[in-house]
Amino acid sequence: MKAAVIVSPGSNCDRDVQVALRQSAGSDPIMHWHGDADLPDVDLIVVPGGFSYGDYLRAGAVAAHSPVMREVVARADKGVPVLGICNGFQILTECGLLPGVLMRNAGLKFICRDVDLRVEAADTVFTADYVDGQIIRIPVAHNEGNYFADDETLNRLDGENRVAFRYCTPSGEVIAAANPNGAARNIAGILNEKRNVLGMMPHPERLADALLGGTDGRPMFDGLVEALAAAA
Amino acid sequence: MKVRVHITLKNGVLDPQGKAIEHALAGLGFGGIDDVRQGKYIELELAETDSARARASVEAMCEKLLANTVIENYEIDLDG
Repeated sequence: MKAAVIVSPGSNCDRDVQVALRQSAGSDPIMHWHGDADLPDVDLIVVPGGFSYGDYLRAGAVAAHSPVMREVVARADKGVPVLGICNGFQILTECGLLPGVLMRNAGLKFICRDVDLRVEAADTVFTADYVDGQIIRIPVAHNEGNYFADDETLNRLDGENRVAFRYCTPSGEVIAAANPNGAARNIAGILNEKRNVLGMMPHPERLADALLGGTDGRPMFDGLVEALAAAA
Repeated sequence: MKVRVHITLKNGVLDPQGKAIEHALAGLGFGGIDDVRQGKYIELELAETDSARARASVEAMCEKLLANTVIENYEIDLDG
């Protein structure tokens, strides 16, 4: 499986994703500079977290129009899986691959801690190694994670089972008290219509190795490698 | 030509920063404030001298980059 990790000025989770992919795939992903529109043929594209362009204007707004992103959008349209984590999720909404927007956290504070998530859609290449209803614990680290979309969009996401993860209590209840940032309907991650684009605020790559305190993020990378190796 | 763009949150979109400003003002003793909404102000200096073309161009800029129209409205003011 060949993967590319998009590196922008201000990306800071690109290396963590590189390590997580190396661990699951047994080979290094291509680290691809955002300014280079000539993206090699790959089976997976990851847009990692960080503060691309210093979050100027809006988080992800400037990176969404970088030369490589036009190619990422074209590849996504062709069916190549694209995973956006944290700032990567913000970039994917800004470039129109995913609906809605990530607004400033309702509590106005940067939140950096582990959260519990309920897996809501285990039928994708990203979530194949999880099961529906599974509770996983991985970290969030963001200032703009408050997912917002109009009711019509939210209803469509729910109706088409396109919410991949929701913030929940350790026992799996999706309630306001378990919502760290005010996100609509406790949404932590969503899919596009074709289910080959996933954007999520929490960081699976940060808990993909027991040495770091947990491995709940690892099945995402293991599952992607298995699914994409099988497809190739 | 100078162009001024005001970007504001749409009605119904929660504005926690506006709320924080409102509370801070109340804490300073300023009374009678019903609501505070905060936004962005952007100034552009354009080479274009035709107002209609300048407006069309800045509208395109707002739609593509300057505003996120999922949550934001924009207003364009042209000089002269």
